[in-house]
Amino acid sequence: MKHGRARFIAGVLLPALVLHAVFVLSPYAQAFYLALTDWTGVSGQAHFVGAGNFVRLASDSLFLDALRNNAVMLLVVPLVTIALGLFLATMLNLGSRRGLRGITGANTYKIVYFFPQLLSMAIIAVLWEFVYNPNTGLLNGGLRAVGLGRLARSWLAEPHLALWAVMAVLIWSSVGFYLVLFSAAIEAIPADLYEAALIDGAGPWAAFRAITLPLLRDTVQVAFVYLGIAALDGFAVVQIMTVGPGGPDGSTEVIGLGLYRNAFTYGRFGYASAMGVTLFFLTLTLAVLALRGGRRERLELS
Amino acid sequence: MNPTPQLRPYRTTRRTLLTVAAAGVTSACVTSGGNDKPAANEGAKSAQNPLGVPADAGLEVVIFKGGYGDDYAKNAETLYQQRYPNAKVDHKGIQKVGEALQPRFVADTPPDVVDNTGAGRLDLTTLVAAKKLTDLGELLDAPSLDDPNTKVRDTLLSGVVEDGTFDGAVLTLNYTYTVWGLWHSKPFFDQHGWKVPTTWDAMLALCAEIKKAGVAPWTYQGKYPEYINDPLLSMAAKTGGEDLLKAVDNLQPGAWKQDALVQAATAFADLAGRGYIMPGSEALSHTEAQAAWCQNKAAFIPCGSWLEAEQKGVAPAGFDMVMAPVPALSTGDKLGPAAVQAASSESFLVPAKAKNPRGGLEYLRILLSKPAARKFAELNSTLPVVKGATDGLTVASGLGSVRDAVKAANAEAFAYRFRTWYAPLAKAVDDATGELVNRRVSPAQWADRIQKAADAVAKDSSVKKYTR
Repeated sequence: MKHGRARFIAGVLLPALVLHAVFVLSPYAQAFYLALTDWTGVSGQAHFVGAGNFVRLASDSLFLDALRNNAVMLLVVPLVTIALGLFLATMLNLGSRRGLRGITGANTYKIVYFFPQLLSMAIIAVLWEFVYNPNTGLLNGGLRAVGLGRLARSWLAEPHLALWAVMAVLIWSSVGFYLVLFSAAIEAIPADLYEAALIDGAGPWAAFRAITLPLLRDTVQVAFVYLGIAALDGFAVVQIMTVGPGGPDGSTEVIGLGLYRNAFTYGRFGYASAMGVTLFFLTLTLAVLALRGGRRERLELS
Repeated sequence: MNPTPQLRPYRTTRRTLLTVAAAGVTSACVTSGGNDKPAANEGAKSAQNPLGVPADAGLEVVIFKGGYGDDYAKNAETLYQQRYPNAKVDHKGIQKVGEALQPRFVADTPPDVVDNTGAGRLDLTTLVAAKKLTDLGELLDAPSLDDPNTKVRDTLLSGVVEDGTFDGAVLTLNYTYTVWGLWHSKPFFDQHGWKVPTTWDAMLALCAEIKKAGVAPWTYQGKYPEYINDPLLSMAAKTGGEDLLKAVDNLQPGAWKQDALVQAATAFADLAGRGYIMPGSEALSHTEAQAAWCQNKAAFIPCGSWLEAEQKGVAPAGFDMVMAPVPALSTGDKLGPAAVQAASSESFLVPAKAKNPRGGLEYLRILLSKPAARKFAELNSTLPVVKGATDGLTVASGLGSVRDAVKAANAEAFAYRFRTWYAPLAKAVDDATGELVNRRVSPAQWADRIQKAADAVAKDSSVKKYTR
């Protein structure tokens, strides 16, 4: 029956593999090829231009803006999201006085924090565009209502604030998910570990550093990879919410936006593919670094 | 310079990016494709059928269903059906024209007529460069449907044929005639006794008065800085005349540093500097800014002639918006004070590899007839490109003012072409103007950075160049 089994497995795997090859792998391969051409997107012909597109990228000031902005997002978004997620997850699970249970109403909070995850990125961006409206928006309105009208700003129209406004939305929309992820991981930690620490006189901070963080290491690492990829993207929020979009004056430009504009507005699919290939390698490098950097000895719970 | 449907945010998700990948798949079989021409699909020519439409060939029409809907196109299809009862007309009213048709253009199986409009349209110059479009010259020289003694060419408003001309060949025909200017509410102005200024000095004086009355003199659609570009560049064009337009569009060295442009930029920096622009405008989308204007929070707003249709349901009853030409900057302007920036848009084209190109041309001939154009004007209160299409029609205040402006301008309707020809330059200009009216760059820096962008386009051998 060995043959039958192999055939069965192949029969199950093959359709999926074929679909994957046709709709995932082949476009990737094509993008790599197109990045070396001047394909316009509608022409039947594509001329080979070698590394020309990549050379051009290096002097494209908007692309360099995009690289810088994505780099800032890469530094800020994962760190802040994970810090907030860890803090909230810890409070919800171990925030009670004795440090063994969560604060009252923890489950309700968990659900509320998870809400943004249920909305599509497009809706989130539209909502936040309203929040940031300088004249009638919730943010400035709130500031004015509590007498802090001085702090009211044109959040999306000031070059030094716009990117932070975008990052705030990205963080807001993802904290809920990581809160739930970290909560699940914390719940898996045996309570006796915390009890023992408590008896030894450890405070909440010491318990967090000595128990929670080391045991959550793998989860946090995965979160870093996911959030890093999200930070290298940011296309939807920027496209819908920002001035220009990508503005004012390139201050919220991201690689995905430049790619989209070059492909669909300027008809430069070859050049846009070169951006896509660059983004691909950046993302790949990030994932490899994050996963390797975190590869250390595992703590076994038994 | 595109009417509002094209200025709307694209509302894209990651899914759009996947189409880039998907487009790659189609290219596999196509980038290697040959250039074999299908057999000409032509019927017998007659006075009734000057374009030789095969009587029973099907016709596939793809219409951008945006601000103008697609009822006017369906109306023209009914007229087509009446002339060719055996033809099966396949109508598609869609939004993302580019995404839907790009693979079909690549595979050389395009529809017969396309209304290539909207945010997701295909880039026209790309289509032109790839030789994907039918020359419409034959249609222009055919007799019009209304009068066999008048060619289609002569029934169109000034500038329409030029707008669709690429290297001497007419490849697209735009259907709507858009005029740009400054809008205000007539009753609101009457109530305060404000008079629409024809010179910039008078504008500044009026702004002071408006501000005193507690109203912001101007607002603009700050999220898309191209809106405030239009009055600025219009003012410069009026001062500098044809020569300035040519210098700018032909990417001449130093074109953007001409006095007329720097002065116009200075005027707008000054307008902002005096606090005559409503605070917060810089972050408002077109809907938000226009809504604020409809609530009389600001007196003037720059916009194209689609504004009235767009504000339907937002403008309160009796708001009666009207458009006026942009004021003259100096007394020595080369163009008269009534000159307006006007361009046609909503571009119709017949793909070169269409199955029934004759039918496509005939459809356009029907669409450009007076009854079809009048129907469009009625449905959308927008000026079509056909001369006299709205004559005798009772129109709303806005469309009436636009029609009058076109008449008053006489032949002095002007347009920049660089936006269509060199999209990356248009973006550079938009960004620079956004910075200018927010006082983050000086007029001289504004001119500098745009000149740099223009020079870069001029130097770039991969960009196809056009001249006027």
